[in-house]
Amino acid sequence: MTGPGAPIQDEAARRPQVRVLLPYHLRTLAQVQGEFEIEVAAPVTVRSILDALEALYPMLRGTIRDQVTLERRPFLRFFACEEDLSHDSPDAPLPEAVATGKEPLLILGAIAGG
Amino acid sequence: MSQVRVLAGTRKGAFILTSDGKRNHWEVSGPHFAGWEIYHVKGSPVDPNRLYASQSSGWFGQVIQTSNDGGLTWAPAGNQFTYKGVPGTHQWYDGTPHPWEFKRVWHLEPSLTDPETVYAGVEDAALFRSADGGKNWEELEGLRQHGTGPRWQPGAGGMCLHTILLDPTNPDRIYIAISAAGAFRTDDAGLTWKPINKGLVSNFIPEPTAEVGHCVHHVALHPTRPQVLFMQKHWDVMRSDDAGDNWREVSGNLPTDFGFAIDVHAHEPETLYVVPIKSDSEHFPPEGKLRVYRSRTGGNEWEPLTRGLPQQDCYVNVLRDAMAVDRLDECGIYFGTTGGQVYASPDAGDSWTPIVRDLPAVLSVEVQTLP
Repeated sequence: MTGPGAPIQDEAARRPQVRVLLPYHLRTLAQVQGEFEIEVAAPVTVRSILDALEALYPMLRGTIRDQVTLERRPFLRFFACEEDLSHDSPDAPLPEAVATGKEPLLILGAIAGG
Repeated sequence: MSQVRVLAGTRKGAFILTSDGKRNHWEVSGPHFAGWEIYHVKGSPVDPNRLYASQSSGWFGQVIQTSNDGGLTWAPAGNQFTYKGVPGTHQWYDGTPHPWEFKRVWHLEPSLTDPETVYAGVEDAALFRSADGGKNWEELEGLRQHGTGPRWQPGAGGMCLHTILLDPTNPDRIYIAISAAGAFRTDDAGLTWKPINKGLVSNFIPEPTAEVGHCVHHVALHPTRPQVLFMQKHWDVMRSDDAGDNWREVSGNLPTDFGFAIDVHAHEPETLYVVPIKSDSEHFPPEGKLRVYRSRTGGNEWEPLTRGLPQQDCYVNVLRDAMAVDRLDECGIYFGTTGGQVYASPDAGDSWTPIVRDLPAVLSVEVQTLP
């Protein structure tokens, strides 16, 4: 492949499309419907997904993780492929199925409160 | 004809109530930010269509929303509230040191002169300011770093900075109040602060007349006489005639001097309103009768205002930021309850009507008088 635009297109093509499902209140805040896809820089990790998510939807900054410490908010959990990934390192590679878009990363709020 | 816009923050969203100057018929819009706790909504005195709202949740933290059309549409603003320097510790409930941790914004106070400038009182207690319409927030750290900070302690609702009063005659003077540290004043636009608690007596703390440690629930002033302050303390209604340097009790004949809300008539600087609440453990109106008390003498002599208010089986509370006044010729008084009612009196308290009945628990009420 030749031409000045080719490398950029190749780079874009390689960038994984990750599926994300936010809790209801964050979907409302970000004004997104249901599950959606975002481009994430490889390697696909919780951190890289949240980085991409917050870049695309700045209003989500601070609502999933602390803006300074980047620690997950205590009443939120990360699930994928029927596994609770909340206590894994945010830099741990996510399952291949998430990285390839076959399975979504689920960000869930605790079922608690009134 | 004038309009009135009531901004109600509740446990499950914000509601905006509008009426013409007669204040007989009200339209209700909302819930805005449904399901979120809205601690406070307030409009800019310079540009009444610029509103600021504090939206928070135990799950998702703090969000600040702004509107440029009087609440028809909203947009999220900045929500990074970072204490300057090493935050250090305050006292925990048991008296042990506890690190300062941001939890939420309790009160937003727009500038009297610039719609882009707004102050935020937060829990754990600190004062922040934004000069760009809420996009970026900077702490006025001189308050938190006051030498008494390590002795501040949370009240039952948390260690919140809940009252911000801007002096309309002196842009360098700001009053704030913290539960349970007390009241403070700056005379240099927030650079340095002094506790203004002399005369307060709190028998439930180890040193009842201590410089700090008092559970101040709310403070109010009249804009034409900003050196005169009125305070509803955990117990005692207090008055200062010298910008908080000295306080004296004006509880007088109130059935109980405990309460949260206090406000001043828009045109009569000596006319005050409180809602006595039975305490310490119950926090509802005495005898199940919801009564606003009015003093036309700057305190000490109080009359119950009951017409239109439930006088039996009423066990709601009226929280500290849930009372406000309009500025129409015949001053209107408004308050919200934890039972979800917002009551309005178009005749300075003589009679009351619920202008909405079944909201979630009301956390705050502000009123805008529009041309």
